[in-house]
Amino acid sequence: MNLSLRSSSVLDGTTHVDLATSTVRELNGALHALKPDTNETLWKIANPRGLHAIAAGLDLPVSVEIDGPVGYYCGGMNKQARIIIEGTAGVGVAENMMSGLVHVKGDASQAAGATGNGGLLIIDGNASARCGISMKGIDIVVKGSVGHLSAFMGQAGTLTVLGDAGEALGDSLYEAKLFVRGTVAGLGADCVEKEMRDEHKALLASKLEAAGILGEVDISEFRRYGSSRTLYHFHVDNVSSY
Amino acid sequence: MNDITNTPRTTPRASATFDEYTLSEIRRAAATGIYDIRGAGAKRKVPHFDDLLFLGASISRYPLEGYREKCSTEVLLGTRFAKKPIALKIPITIAGMSFGSLSANAKEALGRGASAMGTSTTTGDGGMTNEERGHSTQLVYQYLPSRYGMNPDDLKRCDAIEVVVGQGAKPGGGGMLLGQKITERVAKMRTLPVGIDQRSACRHPDWTGPDDLEIKIEELREITDWEKPIYVKVGAARPYYDTALAVKSGADVVVVDGMQGGTAATQEVFIENVGIPTLAAVRQAVKALQDLGMHRKVQLIVSGGIRNGADVAKALALGADAVAIGTAALVALGDNDPHYAAEYEALGTKAGAYDDWHEGRDPAGITTQDPALMARLDPVAAGRRLANYLAVLTLECQTIARACGKSHVHNLEPEDLVALTIEAAAMANVPLAGTDWIPGRGGNF
Repeated sequence: MNLSLRSSSVLDGTTHVDLATSTVRELNGALHALKPDTNETLWKIANPRGLHAIAAGLDLPVSVEIDGPVGYYCGGMNKQARIIIEGTAGVGVAENMMSGLVHVKGDASQAAGATGNGGLLIIDGNASARCGISMKGIDIVVKGSVGHLSAFMGQAGTLTVLGDAGEALGDSLYEAKLFVRGTVAGLGADCVEKEMRDEHKALLASKLEAAGILGEVDISEFRRYGSSRTLYHFHVDNVSSY
Repeated sequence: MNDITNTPRTTPRASATFDEYTLSEIRRAAATGIYDIRGAGAKRKVPHFDDLLFLGASISRYPLEGYREKCSTEVLLGTRFAKKPIALKIPITIAGMSFGSLSANAKEALGRGASAMGTSTTTGDGGMTNEERGHSTQLVYQYLPSRYGMNPDDLKRCDAIEVVVGQGAKPGGGGMLLGQKITERVAKMRTLPVGIDQRSACRHPDWTGPDDLEIKIEELREITDWEKPIYVKVGAARPYYDTALAVKSGADVVVVDGMQGGTAATQEVFIENVGIPTLAAVRQAVKALQDLGMHRKVQLIVSGGIRNGADVAKALALGADAVAIGTAALVALGDNDPHYAAEYEALGTKAGAYDDWHEGRDPAGITTQDPALMARLDPVAAGRRLANYLAVLTLECQTIARACGKSHVHNLEPEDLVALTIEAAAMANVPLAGTDWIPGRGGNF
C-alpha cells in the first residue's frame, strides 16, 4: 500500500484508491512518487465525483482506471500513462498530453486534448467546443461529434471525428490534419477540404486502428480538411479573413 | 496692389494634431494598407515615476549612514502556497522575453547577468531552452495562451511558473513573431512551419475567467506537486480587479505590467492606446491586496518603464515587492547602442529609436535570429554589463531607502513620497508636493 494515501488498498496487484476518502493531492502525489521499476502498474480510482486534475502530470507507463465522471484537466500533461475514464470528462481532458493514452468512455467538455503534443485521446461520446484547440501533435479520435472551433489553430497531429463537426472547424489552422465522417457546419478561416489520397486513407486507418475501431467504420465516408496556408503570412489582401 | 514679395510671412506652422510623426504614419498606411508593427512599449509621454519625489529624512525622521548601516534588499516570492518559494537577493527581476524574439546569446547574457546578481530571469512565448535554463540559477517559466514549447519536463525543472494573462504593451492581445525570426530551431520549438508569420492566441485555450483560472492553477500545482510559486501576470488595465481575481484564483505572486512595458512585436496602435501607465496601476494593485488582507502575503511585481534605482524605490514605496525589467535590460546588453549608429541609420532609424525588433535585423545581435548578427553579442561581456546595471539599480534604490531611514527597501512607504503633478498625485495616491492634498481621496481606489 502506498503510505502517502490515507485510503488505498492493493488487491491482486491492483492499487485501489477511493477519492471519497483520499484527496486528489494524495492520489497524484502517490502516482508521481512511483519509481520506474514499480510493480504498482494498475490503479483503480473510485468516486472521482467530478474532481479536477485527477491523474495530472503522470510520467510512467502505468494504467489508471477511473470509475466515474472527472472534472477539469484529467490526465493533464500526461506522459506514458494509460488513463481510462469510465464516465464524462470536464474541460481540458488530456490537455497538453505528451504521450500515452487517455480514453473517455463518455462525453467530453470543451477544449478536450487542447495543445496536446502527442499520445492518443479517444472520446467515445461527443466532445464540446474547441476540441483539439492549438493541438501540437496529439491524435484525437472522437466517436461522436465535436463542437464549434474544434482544432482552432491546430498546429500538428490529427483530429478524427466519426460524427459531425460544428461551426468554424479548423479556424486559423496550421498543419493539423482533420478527418470528419459526418457533416461540417462550417469551416473556419484558412481551413479547406482537401483531397483524400491514399496516404491520407492510410493515416486515417492507422488512427482508427490505434483507437481499436478499424473495420468498424468505412474510411471512404470521411472527408479530409487542412490548411490552405493563405494566412501564413501577413498580407493586406487577407485582411478580411482576420 | 500689394507687393507679395515684400509682404511679411508668418512662420510655417506645423499642426499639433497632425504632427510630423502622424503625417508620416498616414503616408505609410496609405502606401502599405496594413498597420504598423513594432517592438518596445508605449513611447508617448505618460505620467510616470519621474513625477514622484522622495521626501527623505528631516528633523522628524533620521536617515541611515550610506556606507555603514545595512539596507537589505532580499525578497521572497511565493510564500503563500509554494513549498519552494524563490529567494532573490535584489528586488529586480528580468521580465519574460522569448528565445525567438531574442537571440540565444541574448538569452544567455540575461541569465548570466541576473544569476550574478542573485535574481531570476523569465522565459517567453516559445518555451525554455537548455541554454537559458543552464545560465539562469532561478528561472521563471511562462505559461502562455499559445503554449508553444510547453511541456511537463520544463514545468518541473523551472523555479516558478508565470501564467501570462496579458502584458502591458498589449492587454488583450496575443504574441507575434514574424517569419524572419521563425528559423528552423524556433519553428521546431513552437511546432510551426519555418518562416511563417506567427500570431499567438490572445486567450488561453482551456480556461476562461477567474473560476477556470483557479482550477488551472490547481492543475499546475498538482503537476508540480505544489513546489513551484505560481505567478499571474496581467497587463495593466483594471489592476484592482485583476489583482483581486488573481488572488482569488490562487496566485502566489501577481505581476502587473504597465503600458510602457515592452513587447517583441505588436501593432503600434495597440501599444500606444490600450492599457494604463505603470504609475496608475501600482496603487490599485496594492489596494486590492490590502483590501483582501493579502499585501506582502501575495507578492506584487511591477513592470513597465523601470529605468533606474529611483523607479525601483518608488515602485516599492507604493507597495510592490519587486520590479521586473525588460527594455532596460536589453539596453544594458547593448540594444540601441550608438556604437551601431551607422547601421541603425541604414535601417531607416537611429540608435535609441530602433524598435523594428520583429524584422530580425538588430545590429546589436539581440532581437534577431541571424547567426552573423547574433555573433556580435558576446554573452559573457553582455551578461557582465547587465550585472553591473542591476548592481547600480540596487545601489541607487538603497541610497534612497537609507535617505528615508529604511533598513530594508521594503520599508519604503507611500508616506515617503510626494507628487510633482496633480495627475501623478491622483494616480499614486500621494500628496501633491508642498501640500497635504491627495486628489481623489475619498474615492473607491
